[in-house]
Amino acid sequence: MADPSRVVLEIRNLTLRFPTYGGAVHAVNGASIRVDAGERVGIVGESGSAKSVTSLMAMRLLPEGRFEVAGGSVALCGRDILAASEKEMVNIRGRDVAMIFQEPLTALNPTRRIGRQMLEVIRLHRGLSGRAARDLAIRLLGDMRIADPEQVFGRYPFELSGGMRQRVLIGLAFSCEPKLIVADEATTALDVTVQRQVLHLLRAKANSLGTAILFITHDLAVASQFCDRLYVMYAGAVVEEGPTAEVLGAPAHPYTQALLDALPERAAPGERLRSIAGSVPDLTAELSGCAFAPRCAQASAVCERRPALIPTGSDGHRAACWLAAKAVQ
Amino acid sequence: MPFVNIIRKRLIFLVLVVFGVSLITFAISHIIPGDPARLVAGDRASDEIVTSIRQQMGLDRPLPEQYWRYLTGILRGDLGASLRTNRPVIEDLVAFFPASLELALVALLIATLMGAPLGVLSAVYRDRPIDHVVRTLAVIGISTPAFWLGLILIVTFYGALGVLPGGGRIDPNLAIPSRVTGFYLVDSLLAGDLPAFGSTLRHLVLPAFTLGFIHLGVVARQIRSAMLDELQQDYVRTARANGIAKWRVICGHALPNALIPSITVLGLALGDLLYGAVLTETVFAWPGMGAYVVNSIQSLDFPAVMGFSVVVSFAYVLVNLAVDLIYMAIDPRITGVN
Repeated sequence: MADPSRVVLEIRNLTLRFPTYGGAVHAVNGASIRVDAGERVGIVGESGSAKSVTSLMAMRLLPEGRFEVAGGSVALCGRDILAASEKEMVNIRGRDVAMIFQEPLTALNPTRRIGRQMLEVIRLHRGLSGRAARDLAIRLLGDMRIADPEQVFGRYPFELSGGMRQRVLIGLAFSCEPKLIVADEATTALDVTVQRQVLHLLRAKANSLGTAILFITHDLAVASQFCDRLYVMYAGAVVEEGPTAEVLGAPAHPYTQALLDALPERAAPGERLRSIAGSVPDLTAELSGCAFAPRCAQASAVCERRPALIPTGSDGHRAACWLAAKAVQ
Repeated sequence: MPFVNIIRKRLIFLVLVVFGVSLITFAISHIIPGDPARLVAGDRASDEIVTSIRQQMGLDRPLPEQYWRYLTGILRGDLGASLRTNRPVIEDLVAFFPASLELALVALLIATLMGAPLGVLSAVYRDRPIDHVVRTLAVIGISTPAFWLGLILIVTFYGALGVLPGGGRIDPNLAIPSRVTGFYLVDSLLAGDLPAFGSTLRHLVLPAFTLGFIHLGVVARQIRSAMLDELQQDYVRTARANGIAKWRVICGHALPNALIPSITVLGLALGDLLYGAVLTETVFAWPGMGAYVVNSIQSLDFPAVMGFSVVVSFAYVLVNLAVDLIYMAIDPRITGVN
């Protein structure tokens, strides 16, 4: 077990419902995720696995009144996020935890110059003003390997390329030296070479400041290069977790295995690409057994009961599958 | 160069609009039964007199020639002489236009200052009670006839409560401020005449609210839908994730961007308010273009009605030009600065 003083984010058994006219959607079903100081933790899974929802909850950024917490807790740097007032949250966001989103094109206010958007955040959280705030903003842009930070400072978002905008957003996220940065598909919209550069910058800056990163992606290749530990999510729950090399090298859950098999790189030339048969379960009904069972080739009668996360043997590697449980015995 | 381009485009448009409007009004004035020469001469004039007046007015000339004279007149700023007042139409319009414009601008101000906050609240608290109230209010505003609302307001605030004047632009016992702009509010301030300013303001409240109430709903609905669009944008989430407080994001980031598409609606509203003031002006005995035009229509004063149409369409095109220019000034995406 990790040293509690080093835990930055601790989500425990989080259960979230979205009330809709057609009944509640059981979006998150007892997910537990921990991020330690300076650690790079990935959440992988297909669309609809609630990886984004879970991460937005870490900052309580889901629209108020549109969700209900049915159970569990979220603690950020030891503070109970679910019980915090909106005023406290405003102080926590940006200062203790910042976020980088997927779409660099739309993630900046289109009618404001880059500099003005950066200064607003810097003034708010760092208490800097005038010259000092401006210097910090330009230094942040420089740290992001932007060639001419003074010039970019005075530009509008639409005048910059996607990679450039994402660097601005990363610089902005680091502006208050937060303890945690949540990167939600932060590099997905970029082309591969730019993606590599941006990931490199993100890693270097996080290392130098000791910032932890919660990295949400559906790209297993990126996750394998970038993350120390991985959580694999399916239908709103964690199905497998552990060190990246363990999870991807020796997957213990059939879903993780199926995801890996579906990678185009694994197919032989001329071979049909593999996919996972079936689709994500309907989350308007409460799940009773293993959520993956209907799509699992190795499912059996025991899968009608929901499996808990159990250690698979190696350090910190756990999977929520009856097969893994059997293997350990 | 986009500024120059858009101005050039609009000016070409202006010429086309004036040409089209002059053609339509000219055609209508010649289709509608009624003999202007007979009207001018009076009921008991002899046929010889009517014929000579007709010749004087050029009404015996072929239609294309009459139209040509009318069109070239417009270009010289000559809209012909009013049959009713015997004065050049352009002078009458210059005398009455500022009163209408002052009323329209104050009405627009009321509609915007009340409609925009309602629209923002409605969007932020979407599907909550306040949203339903605002949406209902908007429908009521759009569907309330101005003359009815005006009468109710007069009966209430003038008749029953006696707190506001029931009509006119200024207390008849006060001297009209010397004309600089034709706006009493501005002129009275320029003259330092506070009683006149106060009286003008009190006289403006009811007609401006009556006129503005219709557009309040339009503005509220427009701002609501523009705000709903903006609030779903990623940059709003980025700002919130960076710890900027909710209402600061709403008012500082989303609202300015939501106002950009709303400027078109405000521009159209100003055009509407200008010629839509006819009923309101009549109810409140407001000495503006509306009342002038109603009187002109009733007395078949064709030159006056045609002149009004031309001037209003002119104003419409100019408002549109202003809207385009405002767009370019506040939205950097259009001009592509740097």
